[in-house]
Amino acid sequence: MNPIIDFLSYNLRRMAIPVGGVGLLFINTIKSFRPPWERENIVNQMVQVGVMSLPVVMITGLFTGMVLAAQTYYQFHKLTVETAVGLVVGLSMTRELGPVLAGLMLAGRIGAAFASEIGTMTVTEQVDALHTLATDPVKYLVVPRLIACAALVPILTIITVFIGIAGGYVVGVKMFGINGTYYLRNMSEYMCPWDIMGGLVKAFIFGIVIAIIGCYKGFNTEGGAEGVGRATTGAVVTSCILILILDFFIVFIYKGLGVG
Amino acid sequence: MIEIKGLHKSFGGNPVLNGVNLNIQKGETMVIIGQSGGGKSVLLKHIVGILKPDEGEVWVDGVNITNMDNNALNKVRCRFGMLFQGAALFDSLTVGENVSFALKRYTALSEKDIQEKVKEKLALVGLRDIENIKPAELSGGMKKRVGLARAIAMDPEVVFYDEPTTGVDPIMADAINNLILDLHNKLKITSIAVTHDMVSAYKIADRIAMLYQGAIIGVGTPDEIKETTNPIIHQFITGEAQGPIPH
Ligand SMILES: Nc1ncnc2c1ncn2[C@@H]1O[C@H](COP(=O)(O)OP(=O)(O)OP(=O)(O)O)[C@@H](O)[C@H]1O
Ligand SMILES: [Mg+2]
Repeated sequence: MNPIIDFLSYNLRRMAIPVGGVGLLFINTIKSFRPPWERENIVNQMVQVGVMSLPVVMITGLFTGMVLAAQTYYQFHKLTVETAVGLVVGLSMTRELGPVLAGLMLAGRIGAAFASEIGTMTVTEQVDALHTLATDPVKYLVVPRLIACAALVPILTIITVFIGIAGGYVVGVKMFGINGTYYLRNMSEYMCPWDIMGGLVKAFIFGIVIAIIGCYKGFNTEGGAEGVGRATTGAVVTSCILILILDFFIVFIYKGLGVG
Repeated sequence: MIEIKGLHKSFGGNPVLNGVNLNIQKGETMVIIGQSGGGKSVLLKHIVGILKPDEGEVWVDGVNITNMDNNALNKVRCRFGMLFQGAALFDSLTVGENVSFALKRYTALSEKDIQEKVKEKLALVGLRDIENIKPAELSGGMKKRVGLARAIAMDPEVVFYDEPTTGVDPIMADAINNLILDLHNKLKITSIAVTHDMVSAYKIADRIAMLYQGAIIGVGTPDEIKETTNPIIHQFITGEAQGPIPH
């Protein structure tokens, strides 16, 4: 009757089934988390996820840090508190921009790759073939990807953060001539280790989201090349949205735990 | 040794299997024939437990495997080999890695013995020196043969063939028929093959079963099937457009 309510309830119902499926896949993955390990697959995924994503996260970090420093400088310059630019860049990068932007970029790169690889395997019966060769697809395909993401998304995030801070320093100190000593002192005095740790815990969670959503979409691919395309897009969109939503709630969880 | 009892399966309200009953004896070659889209591949996937039926049961050696959990099912599957209709080779792995997939995981063979075994199985399907190339570089018929080599790599007790001769030339098709016969005669393998190739069906089958509209409408030796009075089976095996089967 009310088209907006209809639309929302339709979409909420449509979302309920996947939520159960994703949860189940996650539980199955944790259950399969034991030896014998698929060493070769784990190493392959580590290379795919870690090494191949380096350029993407480096560029993301660099330009985010630089633009953040520039924007902050222009505002803070009016108030003559330029030396706080470093602190703003540092805090934003470690707490929010580093984990979230790296997460979003990696969802685009890794999540899409997972969904399309596993999706192709699903529609060409390779997943069925794994079953007939007495091999659990979750153990063979998902566990290595989850390990790679959970371990490496945080590391890639640290790299994003540090390159961002370095980029901010170059713009602030070298370009705009802020006093470098004060810039660094302000940053180190007002930041605490938790700023970095909190960001890393987020990145760890985002890594799990990217891996599980990508694999889930892959396993649930239907109908040839077109279906693989749909699964890939779906994986990227879903994991990006989940990352943004989770990021919001994690802030309050941290506050609740008294660590934010 | 394999009993299929009252198997029902629908996809999105569309019935595909409608009460399939079939017994396959140890050591026999059962060929299942039927129309394209008739559910033959779906039936095979139920027997190996990839698909779960809406109703009905599959028994292997007196054990009901229908609702087995994956771990127990994998023990049963270690005795199975399956050739998929589209070969279903792992395209991230080389031909050699495909054929040795289960050998590496489930046997204690040395690397050298495994390589030997891979060579031997590939030779059986008429292929040589292709261990190091990726499936993407193979022709359709070659993929099929590599799939066959992978299916028999573990010397299984039961082999499922989904259209083993489709997409290969007539000479190779006959060679594959001979291979299936050989496995049957020498190793007493139980085989279940799906095909529309009647030449192949007559050559390899101990018994032929026809799947029509989701049920087995007739089972018999090749001679019995040739002499059938059932108009549907008769139309199918003679390949006439005229008859009771709608198309
Ligand atoms: N995973 C699936 N989801 C939905 N429908 C399916 C699925 N698998 C098979 N079907 C449907 O089941 C029917 C039977 O398919 P199946 O592949 O078993 O046919 P077939 O007898 O093997 O045909 P062919 O000889 O052409 O290989 C088809 O209508 C197909 O669309
Ligand atoms: Mg088929």
